[in-house]
Amino acid sequence: MGKKLLIHNEHVANIHTLEVYKQHGGYASVEKAIKTMTPEAIVEEVKKSGLRGRGGAGFPTGMKWSFLAKPEGVPRYLVCNADESEPGTFKDRYLMEKIPHALVEGMITSSFALGVHTAYIYIRGEYFYVSRILEKAIEEAYAAGLLGKNILGSDYSLDLYVQVGGGAYICGEETALLESLEGKRGNPRIKPPFPAIAGLYGCPTVVNNVETIAAVVPIVMMGGDEYAKIGIGRSTGTKLISASGHINKPGVYEIELGLPVEEFVYSEEYCGGIWKGKKMKACIPGGSSVPIIPAELLLKTAAGEPRLMTYESLSDGGFATGSMLGSGGFMVYDEDTSIPMNLYTLNRFYHHESCGQCSPCREGTGWMEKVAHRLAEGHGKPSDIDLLWDIQKRIEGNTICPLGDAAAWPVASAIRHFRQEFEALIPKKEVAH
Amino acid sequence: MSSQKNIQFSEEAMATVNKIISRYPEGKHKSALLPILHIAQAEFDGWLSPETMDYVASILKIQPVEVYEVASFYSMYNLKPVGKCLLEVCRTSSCWARGADDVVNYIGKKLNIKPGETSKDGMFSLKTVECLGSCGTAPMMQVGASFHENLTPEKIDTILDNYRADGRRRSYTDMDYKNTL
Ligand SMILES: Cc1cc2nc3c(=O)[nH]c(=O)nc-3n(C[C@H](O)[C@H](O)[C@H](O)COP(=O)(O)O)c2cc1C
Ligand code: FES
Repeated sequence: MGKKLLIHNEHVANIHTLEVYKQHGGYASVEKAIKTMTPEAIVEEVKKSGLRGRGGAGFPTGMKWSFLAKPEGVPRYLVCNADESEPGTFKDRYLMEKIPHALVEGMITSSFALGVHTAYIYIRGEYFYVSRILEKAIEEAYAAGLLGKNILGSDYSLDLYVQVGGGAYICGEETALLESLEGKRGNPRIKPPFPAIAGLYGCPTVVNNVETIAAVVPIVMMGGDEYAKIGIGRSTGTKLISASGHINKPGVYEIELGLPVEEFVYSEEYCGGIWKGKKMKACIPGGSSVPIIPAELLLKTAAGEPRLMTYESLSDGGFATGSMLGSGGFMVYDEDTSIPMNLYTLNRFYHHESCGQCSPCREGTGWMEKVAHRLAEGHGKPSDIDLLWDIQKRIEGNTICPLGDAAAWPVASAIRHFRQEFEALIPKKEVAH
Repeated sequence: MSSQKNIQFSEEAMATVNKIISRYPEGKHKSALLPILHIAQAEFDGWLSPETMDYVASILKIQPVEVYEVASFYSMYNLKPVGKCLLEVCRTSSCWARGADDVVNYIGKKLNIKPGETSKDGMFSLKTVECLGSCGTAPMMQVGASFHENLTPEKIDTILDNYRADGRRRSYTDMDYKNTL
């Protein structure tokens, strides 16, 4: 059994209440931080821990925190990214719903470390009921003196609020999120300036994923060095994986980074193997934006090394033969899955979610959806596969935010690894031309 | 339904609206727009009419166009009337892989409607949506605040029967949500 630091109490009855959460050691990091540590010392521990952002990009959290500008007399903000809309990802919902205080505790400890006095949790609107659970937890924390003025009798004060979104994947992109939090359309901003300099209301802001913030709690408790001992190389600590698709046991699993992929897929402790006794055909291991790879390349790298659940191992071989850990949205497809039809569902998703600011993304995603649909339905033309390839190439790297890349990569990888399947769907008489 | 009767928040809703506005710094009250639109949609028949949006603009002291451009950007705001229960079926990758199309077809046949349509009695509208963060419990649909997961035809029958018997309009802001986690 791997070590669990985030959801080890997931099955404790009433762990969503402050009382039970505290009985199991909850809020000790707030005590420890406020009473015995300086903000700088906490940032230092987070740096030492090697924690990397769990929202998908994997940016070192300690480094991000140290970039936060601290001009005199200007408020700074911590904003938690609970937009979680990347297809295949549902770990943040699980954590917030099961153990809401784990996020609230992380927000308090992190806010203290960053010198923040007002913090927001921006949660996707579809998770409205989860916002109720969070609000209840926050209310309890205020009543217990863990939020509000003079937390635990110290001179540190913090207000924490939940803000619900209106339904838009793009609001997971941090600058679009900030626009949305300001009551506007979710159009990503041009960077720089980065949020650390000019974020919410133009003030210095840190945006972190739910799981990242929750991980600050064990890091403060055990120390950065101890945390860094878990995992392999630059992939330290534990990670929540959302497992879905054609597996026997879909769900959220906390793993130690470094777990062999094969064990994750086939052991009873995790996915429990492929459903209905079938074989695995392909997998998207890190949320819909990362490349799809065939089963063989998922389990072993091109060099024949066993693939591990780490940032480095999953991307070994680059886009030619690898993928990415991303958000940990692990989607498995069995041998009967139509890769072209699956691609169509993703193309439709990105088309639906493009904010429309940049023409390559706005126009290209719609075009890809149309072409992938006719290919998947068996009405494609022989030139369509190259057309798809061409469109995705023209989107990649040509947009303000990475949604364009996220839309392009699934197309490129599906064609790269499953071209024959696309070709087989083209009507014969067309091929003869 | 285009000209709605008196558009005015109930006292209770107004108290919530004021509480939400107080979460933001002085002068940044526009931040409250998205949450308030949710409340408005729940209060005024499940959709945002131009009158409703103008009313929200007047509360926040912003231009009506600032409300229209936001309401039209996000997928959860209905700019046209919908049935009392909006059945939102996810059909992205993981849900598709585990039978989302069957769910859409089953509901469509049962209620004799296609996605985008409302049943004759005004009770149900069907909508296909993209990933709702419930991929591990696919196939699934959202109805108001509730997530209905691991759907089967039998389960769908029961869910729809219950909503019909209850008869109330369902909103994202409902407190009596169901979820299966
Ligand atoms: C299109 C798009 C969607 C994103 N969606 C999310 C999301 O739902 N949740 C999230 O935490 N990060 C998301 N991100 C990443 C954020 O921009 C940002 O990197 C992240 O919130 C930083 O937090 P972290 O360093 O703790 O991961 C998204 C990025 C892009 C480009
Ligand atoms: S794919 Fe349907 S909830 Fe994620």
